[in-house]
Amino acid sequence: MRLRRRLADLAMTGLCALAVGVALVPLASLLWLVVSRGLPGLTPAFLLGRPAPVGDPGGGVGNGIVGTFLMVGLASLLAVPIGVGAGIFLAEEGDGPLGRAIRFVAEVLACVPSIVLGIVAYAVVVIPMGHFSAIAGAVAMALLMVPPLARATEEFVRLVPGTLREASLALGVPAWRTSLRVVVRTALGGITTAMLLAVARAAGETAPLLFTSLNNQYWNLRPDLPTASLTVQIFNFAISPYESWHAQAWSGALALLLLVGVLNLLARFAARDRLGGGSR
Amino acid sequence: MSAAPQASPTATKISVERLDAWYGATHAVRGVSLEIPDRAVTALIGPSGCGKSTFLRCLNRMHELLPSARAEGRVLLDGEDLLSGEVDPVDLRRRVGMVFQRPNPFPTLSIRDNVIAGFKLNGMRGGRAETVERCLRQAALWDEVKDRLGASPLSLSGGQQQRLCIARALAVEPEVLLMDEPASALDPIATARLEELIHELKERYTIVLVTHNLQQAARTSDQTAFFYMGELAEAGRTEQIFTNPRERRTEDYVTGKFG
Repeated sequence: MRLRRRLADLAMTGLCALAVGVALVPLASLLWLVVSRGLPGLTPAFLLGRPAPVGDPGGGVGNGIVGTFLMVGLASLLAVPIGVGAGIFLAEEGDGPLGRAIRFVAEVLACVPSIVLGIVAYAVVVIPMGHFSAIAGAVAMALLMVPPLARATEEFVRLVPGTLREASLALGVPAWRTSLRVVVRTALGGITTAMLLAVARAAGETAPLLFTSLNNQYWNLRPDLPTASLTVQIFNFAISPYESWHAQAWSGALALLLLVGVLNLLARFAARDRLGGGSR
Repeated sequence: MSAAPQASPTATKISVERLDAWYGATHAVRGVSLEIPDRAVTALIGPSGCGKSTFLRCLNRMHELLPSARAEGRVLLDGEDLLSGEVDPVDLRRRVGMVFQRPNPFPTLSIRDNVIAGFKLNGMRGGRAETVERCLRQAALWDEVKDRLGASPLSLSGGQQQRLCIARALAVEPEVLLMDEPASALDPIATARLEELIHELKERYTIVLVTHNLQQAARTSDQTAFFYMGELAEAGRTEQIFTNPRERRTEDYVTGKFG
């Protein structure tokens, strides 16, 4: 009996280890492939330049990186007030029917494939404007960012101990000021994490941008014009028939991976300081 | 229910008349009448769930934070009925401060800003350096923190945090201080310091103290009220309650037969 138990234990531990190994293989191979193929082309000129015609030497994704930042920035301007505001509302007042309805809608929105959000932005922004634009891309990204922002904000606000709220109310601080200046302030580290994760997610999306911001061979900071993005550039490089562009797709992919990785690291860093343990 | 006799010759600060309070269907406080004397310590004792904390929270309307809670009766602070619709709970809580079971300093504010949180959070100017020093001195914490006012309150011990919370409550210059088992999370030395502090504070403030610690009630209070099953079983001078209670239930409780 004891032997059987030990054997079963051993077999199960082995199977679990095997599962971990199998799960890590794709990750490791993905990292290896992107780094080994992308690193040679990842030069300052590549990061700071703009795409060159086929055959010309050089060319880069600088304008795409700028475009991605532009659109993520615009999307954050739209999504952060809505998402964080909704999250605070859900945490503070969200136990009634209205709160349940908002939570349900947010969950449904979170399940909508990103390409569908792109089509929506196309119909709502691109068609009325008559042309592709950064603002259309930002609207699609914002639709993507709002649900996880609202959900995460709600979670972090709910984590704030009720005793802090009581302490504030007992000092004669009105409920709304207590919500903002004690509860939300205490949850700010977590909310920052949620924002960075939403930004990282949006920065890595291609589908919502394909028919909203389209692409642009030039530097652009005007929100009403078609705008390059790192992801769409990678897509265009990758589907082209040219060897040199394929190499640029790998380098662009590595740049994107680094960008998203740094954002995730920052998010973890912000989360560590979640309850504001440090002094000012 | 026995009517509360006047505990001491001083004036009455809060007069509670036939107070009933409910949490949902639970009738937590039943027809309690009690006179709380000015500038004295009133201790509320009784077994868990006897309604003493609920009673305390009715005195600054913190009971309203639970949506299912309601209270009926009259609570007169200097003759003004707190439970009437005319009193704003936000203004009331500036006059009737509160200290909680567990120290709850604001973790995102420095020690200094915690003391003047009542001003800062309300966006008021005020709460200058003198206020910080005065309140920390009153709370017997100044000497321990004067060199690190900018530090996080989480760097303080539990007892220091609780005294910081008292300083914070004093900064808004309340008339009454409610304390809900303020020593329950403290070690004996920190508890002794807190009791000393209560003794000093009663010269300026009316203090209502909920405690499970009978010795603490006996040591610190002038008047003691014994709650049992939501009713006020007996109230009187602390000495009388502990040495010569009129009620059998009181005697059983203070001599440790139950509770």
